[in-house]
Amino acid sequence: MTEPLLDIKDLYVQFEVYGGRLEVLDGVNFRVGTGEKIGLVGETGCGKTTTMKAILRILPEPPAVIPRGEITFKGRDVLKMNSAELSKVRGRGISMIFQDPTAALNPVFTIGQQFEPVIRYSSPQNRRLSRREIREKAIVSLQEVALADPERLLDSYPLQLSGGMRQRVCIGMALATHPELLIADEPGTSLDVTIQDQVLRLLRELVEEKHTSVILITHTLGVVRETADRVYVMYAGNMVEVAPTPKLFANPLHPYTQGLMQAVPKLTGGGVAHGIPGRIPDYLSPPSGCRFHTRCPHVMDICRREKPPFFSVDGGHQVACFLYDKSPEARRDEAVAA
Amino acid sequence: MRLLGFLARRGFQSVFVLLGLSILIFIIARVLPGDRARTALGARAPQWVVDRLREDLHLAQPLVAQYGYWLGDALQGDLGISLVTRRAVTDDIRDFLPASLELVLFSGLITAVGGIGLGILSARHKDTWVDNIIRVFSYMGVVIPSFVAAILLLLLFGLILDWFPSIGRLSEGVPRPPKITGFYTVDSLLAGQFATTWDALKHLVLPAVALALGSLSQEARITRSTMSDNLSKDYIAAGRALGVPERLVTGRFLLKASLIPTVSIFGLDFAATLSNAFLVELIFVWPGISRYGVNAMLRKDLNAISAVILILGITFIIVNILVDLGVGALDPRIRLRGARSD
Amino acid sequence: MAREITAGELPAPITREQVNQLQRKNRRENLGRSWYKFSRNPLSVIGGATILVVVLMAVFAPWVAPFPEHAQPFTDFANASKPPSAQNLFGTDEIGRDILSRVIFGFRFSLMMGMIVLALVVPTGVFLGLVAGYFQGGWLDTLIMRVTDVFLAVPPLILALAIAAVLEPNLSNAMVAVSLMWWPWYTRLSYGLASTLRNEFYVSSAETLGASKFHILFHEILPNMTSPIFTKMSLDMGWVIIIGATLSFVGLGVQPPKPGLGTMMASGAKFLPDQWWIAMFPALGIVVVVLGFNLFGDGLRDLLSAEGV
Repeated sequence: MTEPLLDIKDLYVQFEVYGGRLEVLDGVNFRVGTGEKIGLVGETGCGKTTTMKAILRILPEPPAVIPRGEITFKGRDVLKMNSAELSKVRGRGISMIFQDPTAALNPVFTIGQQFEPVIRYSSPQNRRLSRREIREKAIVSLQEVALADPERLLDSYPLQLSGGMRQRVCIGMALATHPELLIADEPGTSLDVTIQDQVLRLLRELVEEKHTSVILITHTLGVVRETADRVYVMYAGNMVEVAPTPKLFANPLHPYTQGLMQAVPKLTGGGVAHGIPGRIPDYLSPPSGCRFHTRCPHVMDICRREKPPFFSVDGGHQVACFLYDKSPEARRDEAVAA
Repeated sequence: MRLLGFLARRGFQSVFVLLGLSILIFIIARVLPGDRARTALGARAPQWVVDRLREDLHLAQPLVAQYGYWLGDALQGDLGISLVTRRAVTDDIRDFLPASLELVLFSGLITAVGGIGLGILSARHKDTWVDNIIRVFSYMGVVIPSFVAAILLLLLFGLILDWFPSIGRLSEGVPRPPKITGFYTVDSLLAGQFATTWDALKHLVLPAVALALGSLSQEARITRSTMSDNLSKDYIAAGRALGVPERLVTGRFLLKASLIPTVSIFGLDFAATLSNAFLVELIFVWPGISRYGVNAMLRKDLNAISAVILILGITFIIVNILVDLGVGALDPRIRLRGARSD
Repeated sequence: MAREITAGELPAPITREQVNQLQRKNRRENLGRSWYKFSRNPLSVIGGATILVVVLMAVFAPWVAPFPEHAQPFTDFANASKPPSAQNLFGTDEIGRDILSRVIFGFRFSLMMGMIVLALVVPTGVFLGLVAGYFQGGWLDTLIMRVTDVFLAVPPLILALAIAAVLEPNLSNAMVAVSLMWWPWYTRLSYGLASTLRNEFYVSSAETLGASKFHILFHEILPNMTSPIFTKMSLDMGWVIIIGATLSFVGLGVQPPKPGLGTMMASGAKFLPDQWWIAMFPALGIVVVVLGFNLFGDGLRDLLSAEGV
């Protein structure tokens, strides 16, 4: 991994609301290498989608504010781009599949009408294409996502399609721009399990075929295990752990990650899944120090005072938790405590 | 085919509504207390005249029979004689209706363009001073009765500033256009009398604005709130995320989805427009059907009153069918289900 | 979960008195919370305050108005058509009457119009809509709603004008005319509400338990439709007042020399633009009342719809 494709450094996102500021992202660090498949896991509301929307600059601003941070895509900071530069990144650089395909499709336009500008503005050559040629490309995209009768689909409105079809249309649209990086935000969560499985398998095949880099957001650890090269674990606006997939599953380090793993019912082991007691804190007045300290079984004094940085454990396995602080000071603290 | 089906169904429903309306009008004209013939002719009319009118109106017969006669005549296009103008009511309407339609259509145009325009402007600049000014303006527009607005406009732009002529359809001495459609602006254009067109347009401005003000404000409010609601929808974010240019995202994609409530409320607003036309025509001395109607009401000219209500009822029904067509054209959800669900 | 519960584990039965106490406490808390939310919105508070001031002025008009006798037939040609001054804050009209006093008395007519019309219209309209909505699909539904459709097919003001014209022109006939035109709007509103509510679980369980139709209509469904109806009433007060003033303006409502706001505007309009105050202050009076009810109604709507979510 020489130069990362996407590199987020110390990203803060806040929302201005009545009564104060929601401090949603609290110094996020995140990297995607070229051709890499990243899994991003965490509870609902932990800031996964916010991070992704920040990358594409599609957070509603206001109320969203980005006071600090860097989002570098292919060496250029997205946050410093003007709208013309941004429009080159969106679509052909990075594209995104939204969580809920029903909400992501405009109800009053046909699928074809929505495909058209996506394809037309995805590359300078496409600008000059005729409607017919754009339509041909749209048909190819729909065939790629294994949708039958694409001609008729293009003339249909979203409400005429089933949930699974809409999800496939969204995937087709997101891939129609031939992005270098695809963000897939919990694809299929709103569908029933078998269709969700089909959709994910399809997505996996497509990105494999096109060598697209992927960020796959999910709260299903099984999906991550099958798909991702590396996994980021997010909690309350912070990345708390990152590791190559096998390592993370073999040896989860952060107490939160450990909790997440235990929350997954194992078919083999028997016994009941343990959840993590408590819930994601209030972003209006988040806990000081490590945001997980209110729920952490191993909480120490320092956790309440200071925010843990990433500590490298071994080859690419990093964790933001003072339990793994092996610096001389930390040892001294331990000695004092003992 | 779906369109034809829709029109057939609505036409069928409208026949029943019109039949009901005719009964309602008949009740107002005949059943409410008072001696119809005497009221119509005034206290000084000789008794034999009153008796003859009573005969003509079949007043001695049972109500159902009276209604039968009345409806039969109405269906043959005979709405009786106006007791004020002493002419067939249908002739009067033929003379007065075009002036009203011209005014109402012009004001509808102002409502649509102004209301949607202000709404978009307001939504685009949400929470800035532009938005605040438009919001205050549109709130006042909703609250101020149209006759107050009409008088204020007349006073300010007609009398004090003298920018626009204040009364009538044409200035004195300006040649009248030949009667083709009855719309002075259109007829004069067709006849090549451009000075007349210009004069007629200037006469239209104040009454049309006065008439449009309320609905325009309502439209602006609705457009603003739908657009800002829809702005946070995922499909807007998705359009941006996939590299669709901003002018298409907020222009084409947001706009079409946001105009549906604006168009559907237009039907309701049109009721207000037709009502307010009564006062606006009165104030601007506009020779239209509403002013004719008010005069008929003040003089208890029952045939004329009935005819005016009937004509306005028909107009209202037609406009609402058009509005439903418009909503259907914008919204596939309604078009595909075939019915409006409100 | 399927464990038998023994009598000893059950809490002591709650007495009727305790239930009532709890309900009273809940109601008090809800009221407090609603008031808190309402009072956070400055515009609706301004609206509420405006209504309060106008109502108080109207009720105590003989004591508040500087020249109460000017609301009666009265002439003082020496002081005719005077512009606003310290003596007559709103000026005087063409026969020397104090316009401020007449506007204050004019509020009486406007408010009376609004209250009486709503008092006639709301119960009738709501009752019809409730019945039609509950017995949806039956002949009663068809009858009521088709009649409603006919009334809704014509703009209400036009029919009100026609009815007022056929009857003798005066305030009470104007009220009758407007009432005859206004009930269908409440019928349609409550029809929509009732036909949704009748599928609610608590309604079908009451039906299963054999509750009477009367009980279901008035104790199960009606109490749950009040929010939108109250909101509409507050907004409608403004509209009815406008329509009342309109009828008076045309000459089919309050008759001179009585000080209806629309009546005063109509007679004042003749003296525009030079003696603008004769028409403009009554106009301002209408705008203030209507604005008050609209602001209040909007606040109420935000409050009640937020509660519904």
